[in-house]
Amino acid sequence: MTDDHSHIVPYQTFVIVWCALLVLTGITVWVAQYNLGAWNVWVALTIATFKSGLVVAYFMHMKYEQWLFKLSLLSALAILAIFIGFTFFDVLYR
Amino acid sequence: MSEASIPASAGRGFFGEAPYRGIFGWIFSTDHKRIGLLYFWSIVTFFIVGVALGVLIRLELFAPGETIMGAQTYNAVFTLHGVIMIFLFIIPGIPAAFGNLIMPIQIGARDVAFPKLNLFSWWLYMTGACMALLSLFTGGGPPDTGWTFYVPFSAQTSTNVSLAALAVFVLGFSSILTGLNFVTTIHRLRTDGMTWTRIPLFTWTLYATAWIQILATPVIGITVALLFAERVLGTGLFDPTQGGDPIMFQHLFWIYSHPAVYIMVLPGMGVVSDIVAVFARKPAFGYKAMVVSSLAIAFAGSLVWAHHMYTSGISDLAVMVFSFLTFIVAIPSAIKVFNWLATLYQGSILLDPPLLFALSFILLFTIGGLSGLVLGSAATDVHVHDTYFVVGHFHFVMFGGTGMAFFAAMHYWLPKIYGRMYDKTVATVSWVIIFVGFCILYIAMKVVGIQGMPRRYYDYIPEFTGLNQLATFGSWILTLGLILMFVNIFRGLFYGEPVGNNPWGGASLEWQIPSPPPTENFGDEDPVVTHGPYDFKKAGIL
Repeated sequence: MTDDHSHIVPYQTFVIVWCALLVLTGITVWVAQYNLGAWNVWVALTIATFKSGLVVAYFMHMKYEQWLFKLSLLSALAILAIFIGFTFFDVLYR
Repeated sequence: MSEASIPASAGRGFFGEAPYRGIFGWIFSTDHKRIGLLYFWSIVTFFIVGVALGVLIRLELFAPGETIMGAQTYNAVFTLHGVIMIFLFIIPGIPAAFGNLIMPIQIGARDVAFPKLNLFSWWLYMTGACMALLSLFTGGGPPDTGWTFYVPFSAQTSTNVSLAALAVFVLGFSSILTGLNFVTTIHRLRTDGMTWTRIPLFTWTLYATAWIQILATPVIGITVALLFAERVLGTGLFDPTQGGDPIMFQHLFWIYSHPAVYIMVLPGMGVVSDIVAVFARKPAFGYKAMVVSSLAIAFAGSLVWAHHMYTSGISDLAVMVFSFLTFIVAIPSAIKVFNWLATLYQGSILLDPPLLFALSFILLFTIGGLSGLVLGSAATDVHVHDTYFVVGHFHFVMFGGTGMAFFAAMHYWLPKIYGRMYDKTVATVSWVIIFVGFCILYIAMKVVGIQGMPRRYYDYIPEFTGLNQLATFGSWILTLGLILMFVNIFRGLFYGEPVGNNPWGGASLEWQIPSPPPTENFGDEDPVVTHGPYDFKKAGIL
């Protein structure tokens, strides 16, 4: 995205990230066989968050971007979390 | 403000420099001013249609029982009035029309960051508008749900809700792309010396608005897409018999639609901030507080959506939390009102039409905002929820606020864009008529609402007749004022006396270039900014 200092990521990094994503997918499948009660959703969401974080950081190059882009993305995620959180606590206490 | 070399006479400015012949010079132009005018004329056209529908609603409510139309037609008319006024007039009104016309010039840019995307946004807007109008004549007839599309009714009605929902989806994309364009433009295309604290307050409010457009508008896209899926595929997401939750629809709808209220009103506040400073010949009081309050309204305003849902069956805890958060939004809004008054205090006030409309914004928005506290407070809201009090309230905020700011912006900036002045006396008379008609119409609504008349109803008990007739009478006065205002300003723009570069004595960049502005705004050299937007002494105005 930034023209003045484009960053070339080595293939090795992409392969490592890809392997990490596969391992995390394996963990998701493995953990699904255990009933953790209320924690089922939280565990699945935590793993999914890590996976999407890897995709955004490496495959979408966010790791190499300016702070402004990172801040924009984090703001959007924070707002989304607030939207979902507030809606859920209504359902929780209804 | 600028030390750049600007062409001494630009003649017809950008009007004389069309990229293509005839209409194609407009609908395929990527010049921000041409796109701004495309938006302006489209928006004004839809506004006139919306006003006509509003007058029809008031005529129907002139007396109990059927007056001029049947109940089903009435439902369709008030739905269409809401959809047109919200999605086609108020939301795009100031940002898309005046934001495009003025914002790039105010920051010293030659255009927006993505001119082609800008043109695409207008095409999306017109596509969405055409789809909304098409929904009237196709499928099962005009939608009859109100602009809120609440389930379960909207999922079940045989009217053409699906196409109308799709239209909102497309219009949302137009809004998102405009927001994206404006954020990028303000970050990347400011000219030399245009620091963040030298940006005019109008542009600052557009910046805050653009962020809401980017972050909140996708939610309405998702919501109407889910409604579409509910109707076409029977997904059952909002249907309790299939494990769905109808209140979830209201959450999703208002997660966008309440921040949308601030998409509507924040740019209006920016217009008023610029106008008040220029016509008081004083720097805007508390510039930084105004900037922070704009951002605070944008942020806090995104966290109050469930105050539309107190009686829907949400949890008591949610009611309390959202009621508390709602009161917080009053703080930055009040900061703005106090700062406008402080700017006017001891100023050399020029009571020209733009300031008159801006002053009516301050008064009517304050009244609307204070009546909003009655609704934000859960205990009182239960009594007036879904009554005409709510209708009166949001017309005070939306029409008394954003509508008046739109008219103020028209009287303030259009002479700049067209290079000709309207008749100021007629403009002042039309302002008086509009103000009187407005107060009669909407105060009557508030009173009849307090008395218990429900909103959206086709019929009412005879006790409410007097106030309803008063409101209808007010709507006639208001319409008369609007006709006079539009005829006067449009006549002035095409046949009025030529104006100089700076008819109002403004100190920001748009007043330093010729009227009408040339294509790409600033001759050969970009301007260099050496002082703030309201520093009238350094600008040589005082």
